Amino acid sequence: MAELLEISGLTIGYGWKGRPMVTVVRDVDLALGAGEVLGVAGESGCGKTTLALAASGLLDPPGQVLSGSVRFQGKDVLSLSPKELRGLHLSEISMVFQASMNVLNPVMRIRDQFLDAMKYHGVSDRAEAEARAREMFDLVRIPQRFFGAYPHQLSGGMRQRAVIALALVLHPKVLFLDEPTTALDVVVQRSILQMLNDLRRQLDFGVMFITHDLSLLVEIADRVAIMYAGAVVEEAPARELYEKPRHPYTEALMKAFPPLGGERRRLEGIAGQPPDLRHLPSGCSFAPRCPKVIAGTCETIEPPVVEWSQGHRAVCHLCSQEEARVV
Amino acid sequence: MSRTLGRPDLPDDTEQGPVPVLDVRGLTKEYKVGRLGRQKVVHALTSVDLTLERGQVLGLVGESGSGKTTFARTVTYLERPTAGEVILLGRSLPLRPTQRRLREQRSQVQMIFQDPYTSLDPLRTVRYTVSRPLRSLGEVPRRALHEAVEELLQMVGLVPPGEFLRRYPYQLSGGQRQRVGIARALAAHPALLLADEPTSMLDVSIRLTIMNLLLDLQRSQSLSLVFVTHDLAGASYMSDQIAIMYAGHLMEVGPASEVMGDPRHPYTQLLQQAAPDPGSDVGRADRFEARGDPPDLTVVPPGCPFAPRCPQARSECQEALPQWRQVGPSHRVRCVLYG
Repeated sequence: MAELLEISGLTIGYGWKGRPMVTVVRDVDLALGAGEVLGVAGESGCGKTTLALAASGLLDPPGQVLSGSVRFQGKDVLSLSPKELRGLHLSEISMVFQASMNVLNPVMRIRDQFLDAMKYHGVSDRAEAEARAREMFDLVRIPQRFFGAYPHQLSGGMRQRAVIALALVLHPKVLFLDEPTTALDVVVQRSILQMLNDLRRQLDFGVMFITHDLSLLVEIADRVAIMYAGAVVEEAPARELYEKPRHPYTEALMKAFPPLGGERRRLEGIAGQPPDLRHLPSGCSFAPRCPKVIAGTCETIEPPVVEWSQGHRAVCHLCSQEEARVV
Repeated sequence: MSRTLGRPDLPDDTEQGPVPVLDVRGLTKEYKVGRLGRQKVVHALTSVDLTLERGQVLGLVGESGSGKTTFARTVTYLERPTAGEVILLGRSLPLRPTQRRLREQRSQVQMIFQDPYTSLDPLRTVRYTVSRPLRSLGEVPRRALHEAVEELLQMVGLVPPGEFLRRYPYQLSGGQRQRVGIARALAAHPALLLADEPTSMLDVSIRLTIMNLLLDLQRSQSLSLVFVTHDLAGASYMSDQIAIMYAGHLMEVGPASEVMGDPRHPYTQLLQQAAPDPGSDVGRADRFEARGDPPDLTVVPPGCPFAPRCPQARSECQEALPQWRQVGPSHRVRCVLYG
């Protein structure tokens, strides 16, 4: 099956001309199919947001794509002109970012912000545009009486839902969600995620869901990619990742969340700090924090990509010693 | 640790048993908002009764706007309560205390704030921030100050302390800043620590370390701790007791294992279903039912504040606020379902 969105060998750096470049995303390969939810998880600074920005064509200087490509339905996103990108955004590719309840224009009625966006993308019949916007309001479960309201009259959760409605009103094929619910409460978060899940089934769009909350991803994503220091260290179907994490970092990340129930016992976080991206350690970049580090190997030699089964790969020396296929 | 806190100010236990470290009765806080003439009253906290035994950890759980931060801020008197009583170690604090009395109170109860990025003075070094309470509240002589600060930094895991003394907040990571905030709170030598979502602004990998640090300190310094959070899993990891808040009201209070293992209030059940739990079956999201948004705190319905969202609401729920029902030796719930 031809993938909807294909990221291959993407390497991104930050830096101004003449200054040394800091590489924040290294050689990332990811693919997203229609109707699929791909989760991307990692600590802050692991490059997950930069990846989403670049993949949606929104990366601004000092950010720079150093190599690799992003293809959306075969089209090279990175070579599009700003005008072509504007045509693509909202109608084909939409984004919802972390504090996006604050992206609404505070002095414009929500209705007008919807109509504006649709007008730009060629829905010029006002009655039709309004009907479509109202339909989205129903889908994201905002009462219709808020349609003509200003953003400040809505609660945080409602504003977030309004932004999601705006992102989906033109039925895009790919939706980027960058920590869309971290600023919200668990109950609101759950209802938004559930709503997204329903919408995905109805509208059949692909979602790239970025968060640091791995426990959340395991529940809602089909596949999960774990990023560390700019690189994908493990990728697997969500269930498999939860049941059999292969990379020690995935394992540690998984253990960093206290379980909801069960016996009270002490858990340990991940020791140490993520590496300074300007001076990445040689070999595996997780080696200095890894509880299972193989002395003499991990600190010096680049870890290989190891594949267990279709769609489950990890980049780790330890994994390569177990029974698996090195690719 | 040379400063192991044998507190001379702890009251003697009475015949009824040990004096609780915190005893809150009918605590109420209202804020007036809006222009004159169109003023509304926000009922942030309504008649909260809560006791915390010495050396215990209480997890206070609720959504934003449920009043959990207001609870912490009124107990510490950062905000004056509108009504009610805060009894700390057997001594009640008047609604309008004198400066001296307030200072005394602050040496017994300290707060750790949610946002480590804004709760430290950006223009002051770590040494200054941590030594301030030592000078104004403690009885640490000037010449012992340096040593005391170093010891506090050591306690919170900022080692070697010499490296951190002269740093400014911008030179610290989020986790390190939160450690400074904890050291500052400990400097006052408190018996009770209120931590207001101390980990929600931190990265996942650091959260657990800070939680473990708080647990270690709570044990080694025989502190009592109120851990305010919206994260049920975190609360159950930290706490002996869990109290659930909704719209300024306490809804359920009980031992953590009971509240987590057998939640009684429909709101507690809702919170538990909403929390991410990868261990459970897939497709759980589909069974979850959340109706409506959190309530408007300027309008006080006569009945249970949760009734409009409650899947098990009855007509009597809309009429009057349910009484507390005892469902276990120390497990109580404010719901008509347990008559």
